[in-house]
Amino acid sequence: MISQIVFTLVFIFSIAFFYKNAKTIYRNIKLGTQTDRSGNKKERLKMMLLVAFGQKKMFKKPIPAILHLFVYVGFCIINIEMLEIIIDGIFGTHRFLSFMGSFYDFLIYSFEILAFSVLVACVIFLIRRNILYIKRFRSHDLDNWPRTDANLILFTEIILMTAFLVMNAADAKLQSLHAEHYVQAGSFPISSYLIPYLPDSISSLVAIERTAWWVHILGVLAFLNYLPLSKHLHIILAFPNTYFSNLNPKGKFENMPAVTAEVKSMLDPSIPPPSGEVSRFGVKDIQDLTWKNLLDAYTCTECGRCTAACPANMTGKLLSPRKIMMDTRDRMVEVGKNIDNPQENVSEEKSLIDSYISREEIWACTSCNACVEQCPVNINPLEIIIGLRQYAVMEESQAPSSINGMLSNLENNGAPWKYSQADRANWTN
Amino acid sequence: MEDNLHIPTVAELVGKGEVPDLLFWVGCAGSFDERAQRITKDICKILNHVGIKYAILGTEESCTGDPAKRAGNEFLFQMQAMMNIQVLDGYEIKKIVTACPHCFNTLKNEYPSLGGHYEVIHHTQLIQSLIDEGKLKPADGNEFKGKKITYHDPCYLGRGNEVYEAPRKVLETLDADLVELKRCKSNGLCCGAGGAQMFKEPEPGNKDVNIERVEEIIDSKATIVAAACPFCMTMISDGVKVKEKESEIKVLDIAEITVKANKI
Repeated sequence: MISQIVFTLVFIFSIAFFYKNAKTIYRNIKLGTQTDRSGNKKERLKMMLLVAFGQKKMFKKPIPAILHLFVYVGFCIINIEMLEIIIDGIFGTHRFLSFMGSFYDFLIYSFEILAFSVLVACVIFLIRRNILYIKRFRSHDLDNWPRTDANLILFTEIILMTAFLVMNAADAKLQSLHAEHYVQAGSFPISSYLIPYLPDSISSLVAIERTAWWVHILGVLAFLNYLPLSKHLHIILAFPNTYFSNLNPKGKFENMPAVTAEVKSMLDPSIPPPSGEVSRFGVKDIQDLTWKNLLDAYTCTECGRCTAACPANMTGKLLSPRKIMMDTRDRMVEVGKNIDNPQENVSEEKSLIDSYISREEIWACTSCNACVEQCPVNINPLEIIIGLRQYAVMEESQAPSSINGMLSNLENNGAPWKYSQADRANWTN
Repeated sequence: MEDNLHIPTVAELVGKGEVPDLLFWVGCAGSFDERAQRITKDICKILNHVGIKYAILGTEESCTGDPAKRAGNEFLFQMQAMMNIQVLDGYEIKKIVTACPHCFNTLKNEYPSLGGHYEVIHHTQLIQSLIDEGKLKPADGNEFKGKKITYHDPCYLGRGNEVYEAPRKVLETLDADLVELKRCKSNGLCCGAGGAQMFKEPEPGNKDVNIERVEEIIDSKATIVAAACPFCMTMISDGVKVKEKESEIKVLDIAEITVKANKI
């Protein structure tokens, strides 16, 4: 009875805490500016099913794609088991769903196979991250916390799956010993290999089974609450993020409506200049980004496929699209904290540009869209880079001098070079 | 060779009470860059050869504003765009072919919301459709037969607008030995010129992007690289020079290859 009360309290507390964190994330995303991603529902749904649910873009790299698929499918399906664990925990039942008979056996059988494949994949992922030399995992982008974060997630998943299998092994042995409460249910293709290593006494087996049960459920609840702090939010946000993808050709950059209004009145004096508060042109801080840019930042799982494909990064420049996304998130979290604790507001001097992302980074971009193409969850670092350039050029007039030269040629001669407009058709002579 | 080819301007046609069926948007590189001018002329030769009633804007053409937009100067971009739209709409232009993927992308994708609605195609798409219609056919024993040819995807044609097949279809008619670069199509590697990089020195690093690309081209053992963008043309040609491979690797635009193969 006590364990039921403890379980119920822990469960309610975990859900409440997760809800609170989720609300903060939602509030932070809403700090961004408007962008319309509402139309084309059918196409959006298709994009989400293909890219997030179907993991289409992961398969650009087949080996990690297959391993990731194991973890993904495993995690989704084993969550059905969570339902039973929660019911058992609250009501003090044991294997509540076992009334389903042979279908229950089938479920447990599949869960075990999946749990094992998740475990193997996570071990391989740890090896890939820490032993093999894979450049995108060795990058300075991940120094300190991000690298630890990634390893923590993998270790947690291994612990969860191990606990699940040990629990089943102890249960299976208790069933074979006809222990009280342990109904004959389930099929244990993997955990049965662990049975010989378990003790024979019923009381020790019960202790092992209960401990593993608690480790598993507490681990899952802890993991749920670790998500909002970690890079692992993609398991939830990949779905909305792909649904709200940009459906236009990648080459198309949005035209700024505020500029259109001004330019129209400049070209035609009969049109009055736009009235009202002058908004900032371009992106200085995260409030100037769109909510989709901010959703992108929370969705990023720091896999680094963008940076690995970035022509600037691979030739040794400072720019890393992954870092652009990580910086955006870090700054957004900081701004969010300042809103929650206004008296401790220490970072009002800070902004996304300069405090997080340097000028050298934004000017190294070739706008080639390789990062956008590679992202398995349709994140767009390029929009942020161009937004920062717009701020540097239009608000501060701070561009590299050769860029200023090109812009003034364009303004005066209608070409980026110092040639006269009148000579434009000289090649026809 | 039709070196005395007359290239009509829209103003000239309108003066005669005619309108062009197709506007050839030459672009800044195509107008001023010496290497790109040769490509421009070849596109004109093709248009002339198949009898399309086309014209250029001549001195009425101005930069689409692409480099300004990518460099972050939205004002200058929209000024350019609206002035160009005035000219294009004044002549009631409906269909445009461009020689440059940047002009193509900007005119096609970024002009509509500013009021400029045109059917815009890139010259590789035009050439492909001319081949499909049977109006272009490589001459027997064309000079590319059996040669090892590869194709470099320009970012704003490939990833930017998902035009991957048109330039490849053109090359497929040559009876050549076509090879793909390791990074091609949606995974294609940039030449290093986009996003206004063409007009500035690269940031500090350990290599230039065009060298990275040319090394891949050298690895492919191709003797001809087909390009479809005047900026890629500059970057790759420069890279080939730096690597001292000018005698082994030729960089040619799809339009130049078409002119040579068809003996126009």
